[in-house]
Amino acid sequence: MRNTLKLSELTIGDSILGRDYACDNVQLMLYNASLWNGHRIHYDHPYTTAVESYSGLVVAGPLIGDWLTQCLMEWLGEDGELLRFSYSNRIASYVGETLTSSGKIISIEQDTRNLELELLVCNEDGEVVAPGSACVRLMG
Amino acid sequence: MSLLTDEHLSHIGDRGPQKREIATRRDIRKYAVATGQSLRKFLDGDVAPPLYHVTLFWEIVELNRLTPDGVYIDTLIPTLPLNRAMAGGLEIEYFQPILADDELIAERQLTALYEKSGRSGPLIFYEVITDVNTVGGEPVLREKTTRILR
Repeated sequence: MRNTLKLSELTIGDSILGRDYACDNVQLMLYNASLWNGHRIHYDHPYTTAVESYSGLVVAGPLIGDWLTQCLMEWLGEDGELLRFSYSNRIASYVGETLTSSGKIISIEQDTRNLELELLVCNEDGEVVAPGSACVRLMG
Repeated sequence: MSLLTDEHLSHIGDRGPQKREIATRRDIRKYAVATGQSLRKFLDGDVAPPLYHVTLFWEIVELNRLTPDGVYIDTLIPTLPLNRAMAGGLEIEYFQPILADDELIAERQLTALYEKSGRSGPLIFYEVITDVNTVGGEPVLREKTTRILR
């Protein structure tokens, strides 16, 4: 069972345990369908490689962004609220790759109970695919 | 030589039409499953995950408005000399969570348009701010999206 987050027990540099994501064709199709995103680089392999010169079907950028928020929200649980979140997509990721999310606390503001966090999704080579940041407020 | 003309840049500040949508439990659940959420409140559709609004207000375009690569050209953005879309990034400020059956209004504004040189040639960036409010006018979130065209 997950422990309740307590401000007094948190320290700058504390890690947030993320998880692995291995997006397959099915998940990529369902995600883009829910988005209504018809970009062929997500389902048309010949087009993606021959015309757009990617090495495989491209995992949707906002889906990777969502994985950053999952890393955060699974850690935060019901112990706080999300105030701000940002991310960008640095490099393309492809179906078949395993990506890993992680995070760490980079600042703690005792007065407001706000925490700033750094979030990352990295590929198997350790390259940062999508860096992100967030600010959350812990409940009193 | 710049790819962006004064005419392109004159569109900075343009606003899109208001969009009014209902965050149905079914759509929240579909999004939660498709993104691989693990928290029950998301999978059950009680609360929307933090990026759910991206899909709620994604443009639904008719097939004849899609380009050959399967994307649509955002009508808020002027016709630009580059048109291959790459994902960019988001910055979001949250004021309250989206719950099942919330009825929301989104308004978009083009706030920046500029170019940079990339490794494979010129890139055009644009920024759009989206304000999402309840139908009663209470702020839900403000998002700044950056998109890149190559």
